[in-house]
Amino acid sequence: MKELEVILDKNGLIVAFLFVGILTWATDAFSKKVVNGRIPGSALAIGLALVLGYLGGVLAEGEQGLADLSYFKGLSILGGSMFRDFAIVATATGASFLLIRKSGILGLISLVLGIGLFFGFGVALGWMMGYRDAISLCTIGAGACTYIVGPVTGGAIGASSEVIALSIGTGVVKTIAVTILTPVLAKWIGLNSPGAAMAYGGIMGTSSGVAAGLAATDPTLVPYGAVTATFYTGLGCLICPSLFYLVLSTLLG
Amino acid sequence: MIKGLALLACCFLLGMWCGALLGTWLGIDANVGGVGFAMAFLLLSKEYVTSKGWWNGEFAFGLDFWNKLYIPIVIAMAASLNVKSAVSAGLLAFLAGTLPVLLAFGVVKILLKQVNPEK
Repeated sequence: MKELEVILDKNGLIVAFLFVGILTWATDAFSKKVVNGRIPGSALAIGLALVLGYLGGVLAEGEQGLADLSYFKGLSILGGSMFRDFAIVATATGASFLLIRKSGILGLISLVLGIGLFFGFGVALGWMMGYRDAISLCTIGAGACTYIVGPVTGGAIGASSEVIALSIGTGVVKTIAVTILTPVLAKWIGLNSPGAAMAYGGIMGTSSGVAAGLAATDPTLVPYGAVTATFYTGLGCLICPSLFYLVLSTLLG
Repeated sequence: MIKGLALLACCFLLGMWCGALLGTWLGIDANVGGVGFAMAFLLLSKEYVTSKGWWNGEFAFGLDFWNKLYIPIVIAMAASLNVKSAVSAGLLAFLAGTLPVLLAFGVVKILLKQVNPEK
């Protein structure tokens, strides 16, 4: 046993691969068999990881969630800013200029509208809950966009770990809400054509929520929703920590 | 594989550099939009590489691997965050995650009525 402990302790990053893999496998199975794909496996896995991060924080009394327990310290490397930003950049390959041109003006309008709407609403709610500094409010607003824009923005402008965790939690709630509500409200909003799916993807923005929601509504619409949603996170990562942060910090003096 | 990965690394570093420069220029001691710049570089270089005919399965694999790894990375990040302190504000996460979504569905409905995209 002692040998195994040494191995686990020495190869933290590899342990993190194993841990995330097992978690993903379990939540995918749960998503398929128990909730019939209504909640995507990735959203469940992220939610569960936040719960485990909470437990890790309680057990180890640290600031890095589960990564404070020595066997899981590799999680802070795998989930650190370098790997995170690198992988997010790689997701841009899912988009092509030809399809962007096709989605055209409607896609662009919906993207700007969507990011502004979620950011503004997130900031307003953060203000109502007692946050007053531009850095925290900006991170919470960015988290209301997606669970990636939140931490990227928070990291760029130097938000505290608590606020970043809150912004991820907000983004995860949003993903689940979009996934569940899309098939319910699809008919009411008129989500029945590729053009409509592009506008919807641009406004909602959360790639996994949009893909899962459209799959439950009409699988042929998935690529059209995903094509605009793909840009949401990139555009959010670009304007939340720059333009929106400058506007907020000016407004707040 | 390694060529695609190297292209990704190049775009990433260039983008981060732009983000750092913009941060300095704006007077913020932080990287501003580096990820967004890197994505733009990657899209542009993907177009170039495709037009040159170098884009193939082997090349794309180096990028695709990281594309697919992003959800696992976000899971690892979620597990290594200071969730304990955020829980006290759990109501905010719930409200900020659901209320704007409801409003957004209404906005999609209005937008589609105004623009009426072709079938």
